[in-house]
Amino acid sequence: MNSSMTITNAKYNTSSLTNENCSINCVANGETVSVPLDPDNTHYAEILRQVAAGTLTIADAD
Amino acid sequence: MTKARTNASASPAVGRNMVINGAMNVAQRSASVTGIGATTAHYPTLDRWQIEASGAGRATMSQTADGPNGISANCIKLDCTTADTSIAAGEYFILEQRIEGQNVQRIGKGVAGAKQVTISFYVKASASFTFVLEVHQSQHGRSCNKLFDVTTDWNRIELTFPADVDDGSSPIVDDNAVGIRLFFWLHGGATWTSGTLQSGSFVNSVSANRAAGIDSFFSNTANNFFITGVQMEVGPVATEFEQEDFSTTLARCQRYFQKQLATGAAYERFGNGFANTTGNFNTIIPMQVPMRATPAIETTGTVGNYGVYHANAVTAATGIAIDGNADGNGKQVGVNIADSNSGFTVGRSGMFIANNTVAAFIALDAELN
Repeated sequence: MNSSMTITNAKYNTSSLTNENCSINCVANGETVSVPLDPDNTHYAEILRQVAAGTLTIADAD
Repeated sequence: MTKARTNASASPAVGRNMVINGAMNVAQRSASVTGIGATTAHYPTLDRWQIEASGAGRATMSQTADGPNGISANCIKLDCTTADTSIAAGEYFILEQRIEGQNVQRIGKGVAGAKQVTISFYVKASASFTFVLEVHQSQHGRSCNKLFDVTTDWNRIELTFPADVDDGSSPIVDDNAVGIRLFFWLHGGATWTSGTLQSGSFVNSVSANRAAGIDSFFSNTANNFFITGVQMEVGPVATEFEQEDFSTTLARCQRYFQKQLATGAAYERFGNGFANTTGNFNTIIPMQVPMRATPAIETTGTVGNYGVYHANAVTAATGIAIDGNADGNGKQVGVNIADSNSGFTVGRSGMFIANNTVAAFIALDAELN
């Protein structure tokens, strides 16, 4: 089985220090989360997998 | 004088149990959740215990005050609430624990000198069932699966899994990713059950063989399943369940998940910080223990549940997001609190708080999903 998450409403946030993308806000399995851009974080790893699969798009930061 | 170390052992007296929260004492997320089975994979209640599911069956999962005397006062209870007797091929329902690779190096799996492991646990149910425990090493796709019988009384199951040398050059990676997965198969369709159980040795995993011979937990809404005292240790012998004080187990769980509730205060304080612009407040949320990876932050989903207390007033948040460059090497998480109405004063300090609601919480999540 694939233990994938249902991820919706993904959107980048920018750092207050660098003004570069630093995290992604989304809803994962019904939970509202802010996800760091750390490949060891399994939320982020799953986001990358779904983006690569073409099933998820991340909106730009405001 | 140099004294030889005589107590070195792959199965020490303390710390031999590779399973975390095997006594089912820690449940930071919730003590009980209904509708289990609707989400493909998640951690609904007890820490470190994940549910993987696909199918029509539903259950309530709870931390229940029941257990074999002298082992644990708590267990996981799964209560079937929606039966599923028309089982589609791909369905499954699994109780799972994922263990970091760096915590299973003592097994020596995948290379010469690999060791046996013994997994023991206490189970009972509303009736007699047969289920499967699978030890799965996903990095190399290796599995060994064993049936176990459940009765209406607490019984200890002791299952010894063989050493797995594999091709002699496929060790479990020594890092913070998943090394071993323990699958308690409680329900499965033909995709997982139509073959022959692979119980004698570790082999490259074949889907049809993984849960052959199991009954279905979802056969009747009268079905309940209880489990506690789960232990995985090196060697061919199931030793007595290793007792652990609550604070130690909690700290081990908090490496993966930490939750700060506002149940005791409607203006619970979560962290201190300052405003760097009129629309942004920088705060730092300290970790209770260093976490496995930079965590995600979970909130209620209602951003107005949170605010910033500054200048003797509360400004409601309009956004909450992890900031970069603020992980603090595993000690804290940097978070930006937005106010789209530009109500902050640059340079002014304040506190990130619950905004007059005990529903608010902050959870840090670095689980092995």
